Amino acid sequence: MALKRKNKQFRWRRKHLLGLRDLSAEEITYILDTAEGFEQISTRSVKKAPPLRGKVVCNLFFEDSTRTRNSFALAASRLSADVIEFTKKVSSVSKGETLLDTAKNLEAMGIDIVVIRHSAGGAPKFLSRNINVCVVNAGDGFCEHPTQGLLDAYTIRKIKGSLEGLKIAIVGDIAHSRVARSNMWAMTKLGAEVIFVGPPTLMPTQVGRLPVSVSYSLDEVIEKVDVINMLRIQFERLGGNPFPSVREYSHYFGLTVERMKRAKPDILVMHPGPINRGLEMESEVADGDNSVILEQVKNGLAVRMAVLFLVNQAAAQNY
Amino acid sequence: MKVILNAEQIEQFLRNLAGQIISENPPRLDIAVIGIRSRGEILAQRLSSRLSQELDKDIPCGTLDITLYRDDLNTPQSTEQPKVRTTEIGFDIDDKIIVLVDDVLYTGRSARAAMDALIDLGRPRAIRLAVLVDRAGREFPVQADYAGYRTDVAPGKLVQVNLVESDGKDEVVIE
Repeated sequence: MALKRKNKQFRWRRKHLLGLRDLSAEEITYILDTAEGFEQISTRSVKKAPPLRGKVVCNLFFEDSTRTRNSFALAASRLSADVIEFTKKVSSVSKGETLLDTAKNLEAMGIDIVVIRHSAGGAPKFLSRNINVCVVNAGDGFCEHPTQGLLDAYTIRKIKGSLEGLKIAIVGDIAHSRVARSNMWAMTKLGAEVIFVGPPTLMPTQVGRLPVSVSYSLDEVIEKVDVINMLRIQFERLGGNPFPSVREYSHYFGLTVERMKRAKPDILVMHPGPINRGLEMESEVADGDNSVILEQVKNGLAVRMAVLFLVNQAAAQNY
Repeated sequence: MKVILNAEQIEQFLRNLAGQIISENPPRLDIAVIGIRSRGEILAQRLSSRLSQELDKDIPCGTLDITLYRDDLNTPQSTEQPKVRTTEIGFDIDDKIIVLVDDVLYTGRSARAAMDALIDLGRPRAIRLAVLVDRAGREFPVQADYAGYRTDVAPGKLVQVNLVESDGKDEVVIE
């Protein structure tokens, strides 16, 4: 608009959000700061703003999802974009079309942003290299779920002020969890200390190479942590018998009312959803005063609006 | 660099502006002040506390971020990247006289964006535009209802508003 004073400032240059591993702390902070500006859109009389008017966002989900998918769809509509929903079951994928062909066809229709979830790690990156649209990763294999990592960091930052110096436990099925990985990247980059907690059978084999500490006992860490993020046991991904019984798992790694008595009084209890009530977390805890689970969902909308806005901005600047 | 307004003149502008707003609007109407980020926000706060004092009632003040309503979001920008910040308007704007405050009125594009942003928040009775500097070079049919200083500096020049709260000093300069 009018001439602005010239000063060197950070510029967002990414037209894809593939993961948090490659992002700097500055970039992550920039997304979270941007998300703050989007929160109010959901509270006012016209719950819509125009920055993506005339753009088309495609939700390309090869795996089931309720929260993430709806959150992205709502985020896109609140920014005035048109949204195309693509589901594996009712598309040509069930007729044998490859990922690349599907994407090329969507590109030919004039899609601007593809939000992709896929069981194969690296699928978003593959797309970003082969089609000329913005790609946002909504979960790929066991690799990353960047917007979940961002919304968790956002939720913590909003309540605690900063992540610097916080101790954060991520508990459960770490091995199969892209949420754990994206959480780890976001939180450690923002200065928190992350502890992975779970049975040895549910730890990634190369966990020693990650910037986290590991504990096999929830009782050992429960008193120390400021935030506890309970992962869902993903029965659909578990092969073999990682733990003897569901009861035993919940005895050692479930967040119970009893365990909560030993936690810091202001501990934040998080869960990416959907919750297996009574397994990783007792209902009283999930619905208790320390739980910010529904805050996470609410913040997810603002964070996804920010991500869609920013990748589109980068594309507009021809980065 | 040439100083076009000093601290005293800025103060004078706010004093006159408050007086004019009070004389032009019947006391039964609700007035609220909304500043456009970021210099407009500071001027709006000063104006609302002045109005509150003189009218002996609380005149609400809010801050509007117009980034999402800019018309150049999808075109490459040579200057700063637009950064989205928060809009903080903690009151209902319906049926109020909104005094929209900005530091400089130039092309009129910010004012257009601000009006669109405002009507997504409700339906004010009226929107009045108050600016510290009214600079020639309009690209949109927009004009200020209240202006502290009118000038037609050449298009390449920068009119810079410095305020104590953000820049340590009250003055307007042309660079």
